[in-house]
Amino acid sequence: MIEARGLTKVFQDKKRGAVRAVDGVSFHCEPGHIYGLLGANGAGKTTTLRMLATILAPTGGGATVAGYDVVAQPELARANLGFLSTATALYGRLTAREFVEYFGRLHGLPEDMLAARRDELFARLEMNEFRDRRCDKLSTGMKQKTSIARVLIHDPQVMIFDEPTTGLDVMTARTIVSFIRECRERGKTVIFSTHVMTEAEKLCDRIGIIHGGRLLTEGTLAELRVKHGMSDLEDVFVHAVTQAGGAPQ
Amino acid sequence: MSLRNIGIVYRKELTDSLRDRRTLISTIVVPILLIPLMTIGIGGLMTSMMKKAETDVVPVMILGGEDSPRTVEALHGLHSLRVIPPGADYVQQINNKKLRAAVRIPEGFDAAVDAGRPAHVEIYYYQTDLNSEGAAARLQAFFADMRQRTIEKRMADRNISMSLLRPFEVERQNVATEEKVSGAAAGAMLPYLVILMCLTGAMYPAIDLTAGEKERGTMETILTSRVSRTHLVIGKFLLVLTTSLVTALLTVSSMWFSSRIAAGMLKGELARRGAGQFHLALRAYDLFIVFLMILPVAVLFSAALLAIALFAKSYKEAQSYISPLMIVVIVPAVASLIPGVELNLRLALVPILSTSLVSKEIFTGTYHWGLIGLIFGSSCVYAAAALATAVRMFQREDVLFRA
Repeated sequence: MIEARGLTKVFQDKKRGAVRAVDGVSFHCEPGHIYGLLGANGAGKTTTLRMLATILAPTGGGATVAGYDVVAQPELARANLGFLSTATALYGRLTAREFVEYFGRLHGLPEDMLAARRDELFARLEMNEFRDRRCDKLSTGMKQKTSIARVLIHDPQVMIFDEPTTGLDVMTARTIVSFIRECRERGKTVIFSTHVMTEAEKLCDRIGIIHGGRLLTEGTLAELRVKHGMSDLEDVFVHAVTQAGGAPQ
Repeated sequence: MSLRNIGIVYRKELTDSLRDRRTLISTIVVPILLIPLMTIGIGGLMTSMMKKAETDVVPVMILGGEDSPRTVEALHGLHSLRVIPPGADYVQQINNKKLRAAVRIPEGFDAAVDAGRPAHVEIYYYQTDLNSEGAAARLQAFFADMRQRTIEKRMADRNISMSLLRPFEVERQNVATEEKVSGAAAGAMLPYLVILMCLTGAMYPAIDLTAGEKERGTMETILTSRVSRTHLVIGKFLLVLTTSLVTALLTVSSMWFSSRIAAGMLKGELARRGAGQFHLALRAYDLFIVFLMILPVAVLFSAALLAIALFAKSYKEAQSYISPLMIVVIVPAVASLIPGVELNLRLALVPILSTSLVSKEIFTGTYHWGLIGLIFGSSCVYAAAALATAVRMFQREDVLFRA
């Protein structure tokens, strides 16, 4: 379970002064569900997710990940969290196996459990062929599989995906999308950010539209359609943003 | 503090660094290959220069002297000089380095010497040109010898003892042992070199583990893992410290072995010239104490480099921040080489310079324990401050995610 309560992040910028990147964002997601944060570039999605992942500290509000407070118990929150984005790269000079094991050890897995979990994941993700190849020699698809193994090695309850398909080819993107569905089927709490409407429509149980750092509207796809009187998610998005006084970017 | 997590980070960074060509070059290749090449190369160069200086026959010109055949003939007899025919353009020839030196013998020189009249010989040479100065020195030595023999002859003719001119002798006696003399030679250069190598050894891993991670996008990956930022930075710091110390140790070992080879090359040459021995006689105990003194300096470098490089967004930016640091380190390290700069209470508090100076003293066998303690203590304080800064920097979002 993941819960954000009035999450706020203010950055100090030399030129622009105080910038509210995220402004009082609240939402929650239950286990076995996918919550989608839909927004244009610069809407505040990444900052929100980074606060949930404890990479950034909120300047206001708070959040819990699997019941752990992201400010007071950041290490425990991270212990129950898997974070994947196109920005989370691999260590090029390590092999896929070394890379996954490194994160498993950092999550405190005993060696025997780590080996069993690693072998299971490598078999499931069909990674055995390249397990001892250095990460900088892997194809994009292999890299994504290695990243997936990295976030799953400690079997977290909560998964956060920050625009995980951006820049990927169709086949690799499909692997990621089916992996996100699998996470839901296994009862994990999933937060997923995207600016691609079709991905949000296909995957998310609930969708929150974020713009200018604020969560403008949220609900299931059906609820959003009724609320905004439109059937197409893109129209819903544009309507919500325009109503809030902003222009869709 | 979880030693387990620090150990995991350290082992991963070690594996990673051992596969990084840049780190391997600065940590292992430079000390193992470059230092011996330089030392042995310098040894070889010195030997060949000494041989060349002895065997080289330099062209000189005699101006005048037509009525002084005895002197001219003696000059022609010198094996180290090749007398070329006189010409009015001798200044130009010296300038063009075709001629190394010229000597003007005044009219009636031989007769003046025989008659005891004053005479004035002039030597022309090109200052700053080593070959020309060498040729002038040979000519001067020839005339000095001739003058001495003339004096001795005149005194003998008058039945006067030479002791009248030299009522007593003055002789300098060296009381410094050979160990101290060679220690001083090593002590001057070694700390400077080791401090410099501590810095260069730490430089690439420090950049790679911070700005390099940011550039490659792995910083965000590691920050999402369970490891705390303090454990992360300490693991990284220990790796940087390891490379710094390994570079320094390899440099000292490499210098030790190559200096022995260079000494072997120079030994025969120096003995033939009646000069002293050249060897790097360092005691293990002195080396151990110097290593202890350098340890906090390596900590200071490793932590400071990590903190600075973390601030940068890319490898290139980090290099541009760190390059000026080289000058900050080299200046105090070089200052210890200046004769007359001696350790005192005030200088004992100047980081790097104090370590360089105290190492210099230790190599000569001088142990001022009070100052040694003060320098070690103050260096530890600076090192701790740098490490605390690095840890603090890793907690700052504006540094980790600098836009």
